[in-house]
Amino acid sequence: MALDQSLVGRSYPPTTPYEVGREKIREFAEAVGDRNPAYTDPDAAKALGHPDVIAPPTFAFAITYKAAEVVITDPELGLDYSRVVHGDQRFTYSRPLRAGDRLTVTSTIEAIKSLAGNEVLDIRGEVYDETGEHVVTALTKLVARAADPKESEEADQAEKAEKPEKVQATGGEA
Amino acid sequence: MAASIAYEDVEVGTELPAQVFPVERATLVRYAGASGDFNPIHWNERFAREVGLPDVIAHGMFTMASAIRVVTDWAGDPGAVVEYGVRFTKPVVVPDDGQGAVIEVGAKVAAKLDDNLVRVDLMATSAGQKILGMARAVVRLP
Repeated sequence: MALDQSLVGRSYPPTTPYEVGREKIREFAEAVGDRNPAYTDPDAAKALGHPDVIAPPTFAFAITYKAAEVVITDPELGLDYSRVVHGDQRFTYSRPLRAGDRLTVTSTIEAIKSLAGNEVLDIRGEVYDETGEHVVTALTKLVARAADPKESEEADQAEKAEKPEKVQATGGEA
Repeated sequence: MAASIAYEDVEVGTELPAQVFPVERATLVRYAGASGDFNPIHWNERFAREVGLPDVIAHGMFTMASAIRVVTDWAGDPGAVVEYGVRFTKPVVVPDDGQGAVIEVGAKVAAKLDDNLVRVDLMATSAGQKILGMARAVVRLP
């Protein structure tokens, strides 16, 4: 069933603040094997002009994707989550995330398209800090593959790759 | 540690040092825990095959996190990244064979923009297949 086009532009209330912790950043950096000292050593981060350790660029996804759950599970949208794969991901940063940030996310349905029988959903997650300053915008393209495999053949070639699960509690310092 | 490269020293076509990232099942389990993405296709072979995948596959976001290291290691300051986007085109299949998979990432300067911004295009492959499309980052250099 096609997603409801009239929901394009719908925004959801801001999330409760997520507090970025030094040790959560360290855990994430270690999980991707990234030894850049700006992620773990406050002095190294300060030498680069940051007030505290910063997070790797894609760390933001853990926060914005959890926030996008309100979109994905919106009963009015009617997304078949079991058929969803991650198509594209883009971030636009005003500054890096850093330890001590208290971040809220506002999710908006940016676009809904139908391509080769697949439903394509673009979600924009705007992340702000506790002073209301913009930190990062995440654009997440989710593709709900068509139920009929013939219809989705073309998209399958490109989109089979990734099937993110509904994000669970991250064990972070939210 | 300051950013290791200056805007004026960069030319279009400059290649960034390429990197190779090994991925094993343990890597994915660890990333699942750190990122909060516990989708079983990233650690449960039986489940992955049930949904039509050839085997367990890496998180797309793990690949995305690995690829940008080529840029952040080059720029020195990871905070220099002002834009980063990718398309997930092929999965990175990670067999439980004691070796796993390898992600190979290269990058080059594609354009010099205003305000000390530089656009870098990334190329990521695994087992000879292109795994990311439209992979681009914009960094602000001193």
